Amino acid sequence: MSTLSRLTVTETRLFFREPMIVFFALAFPPILLAIFGAIPSFREPDQSLGGLRVIDLYVPIVVAMSLAMFALNSLSQLFASYREKGVLRRMRTTPVKPAMMLGAQLLMSTILSVLTMAVVLAVGRLAFDVRLPGQPAAYLLGYLLAALAMFAIGLLVASLAPSGKSATAVGTVLFFPIVFFAGLWLPRDNMNDVLRTISDLTPLGAGVQALQDATAGHWPQPLHLAVMLGWTIVAGGLAARYFRWE
Amino acid sequence: MAIIEVDGLVKRYGDRTVVDGVSFAVEPGEIFGILGPNGAGKTTTVECVEGLRTPDGGAVQVCGINPRHDTGELRQLLGAQLQESELPDKLTVREALELFSSFYREPADWRELVDTLRLDDKLGTQFRRLSGGQKQRLSIALALVGNPRVAVLDELTTGLDPQARRDTWDLIEDVRDRGVTILLVTHFMEEAERLCDRLAVIDSGRLVALDTPAGLVARIDDRQRIRFRPSAPLDHALLTALPEVTLVERAGNQLVVTGTGNLLLAVTTVLARNQVVAADLRVEQTSLEDAFVALTGRPVEA
Repeated sequence: MSTLSRLTVTETRLFFREPMIVFFALAFPPILLAIFGAIPSFREPDQSLGGLRVIDLYVPIVVAMSLAMFALNSLSQLFASYREKGVLRRMRTTPVKPAMMLGAQLLMSTILSVLTMAVVLAVGRLAFDVRLPGQPAAYLLGYLLAALAMFAIGLLVASLAPSGKSATAVGTVLFFPIVFFAGLWLPRDNMNDVLRTISDLTPLGAGVQALQDATAGHWPQPLHLAVMLGWTIVAGGLAARYFRWE
Repeated sequence: MAIIEVDGLVKRYGDRTVVDGVSFAVEPGEIFGILGPNGAGKTTTVECVEGLRTPDGGAVQVCGINPRHDTGELRQLLGAQLQESELPDKLTVREALELFSSFYREPADWRELVDTLRLDDKLGTQFRRLSGGQKQRLSIALALVGNPRVAVLDELTTGLDPQARRDTWDLIEDVRDRGVTILLVTHFMEEAERLCDRLAVIDSGRLVALDTPAGLVARIDDRQRIRFRPSAPLDHALLTALPEVTLVERAGNQLVVTGTGNLLLAVTTVLARNQVVAADLRVEQTSLEDAFVALTGRPVEA
């Protein structure tokens, strides 16, 4: 087994020993979708939404929210506390490059969040008859870009936060505006122009729209792809600039 | 040929010079100590040896490798136990050992290490549930799991109870007997005296002495002090007449005789000749602690 895969397996085992993080990252998104789907009016086609139902809009929103959970809840907190406790420093004295630790965490977050996405899509399809992505390649592209942007933001938080606790606090504070503009409380289609324009420029606002477009069978708009790439480059660059192993 | 060579090492943090021209060489199979008060630059010095910090001046070589240039190879040859470094809370002892041994080309058998370190009944225990001594032993096991040629141990026994400390010392001697060269950072005199073949004494970033523990003590002087309670009054002049005696003082009902050379024999001979029995007799020799104070002008714990 390669070092990367062994580290990833170990990190994944540790992840599953944190019941609260497991619940919010893996179980909460499908549960939330089920709750939304249980609201009868959410299952009625709406003319103002072009014949879509509210539950149709919520599938990509919940998928995006689960990315935010991974990035801002688990990834940033884990990394900042590893640094705080000297785990990263300890790793530096072994033949494993600390970047490998980062790789293992990103790999784990990607695998688990793709898994959550699949469960959310399955719940949407089976329980509420939400159509699956019409353009799977475009969906995957949008998803991957949104994941990259969010993980970059999570790592930026981890780089700047002095401790695991403060990373959790900052992550939570960022979580709310990010999922707000993803449409968790007010789907993008119901936002006014100002809100929607802001939403277009946020990583998950752009992400949700890209997923929604791909679900409808279109390729995402260049603006949204550019926004997600931009967040990845800026946040990732700053994270790399301010990253400290100790 | 030396296995660790440090030559004129300089390290600055901002405009503060923490290590200022330190040089020493460690021979294979030695337990080499770096002794000094807190903040003397001991940890920074070994961090340069471990390749965790880039020196601002001077040269460091470990097994012929420059730690900054061939870091990958150094990591295979050098095992480190760091001050204040932890593992993930919920990682078990077994997982930590399996994970760390997978990092190395030719790992040691971790089961054997676990037996030696008496961690065999803790394999399934999570890191957060280990006692201080158990964490320390795990940390030593992880430093050795890669079968290193050099082990750097920083403040090995800080925070351990006296029994655990003695057990750890025994263990370090075992490790050395397997052919591992050990660089030990400490501010415990007793530890340095008990374990180290040679010692570098560092104070305020400078090397103030480099010798065996006994050599450091001898360097100060060979003054001794004898305390005893005489069974009958004794004329001090009988003692002061001896060439070995420099001073005789009375402290309560005790006599304190200070002198050099074979002081004990000289004093007891005089006592026997005068039919005086010395009760509660104690000989006090210069300790490493005294040597340290003499070298640095202050006690080590300051």
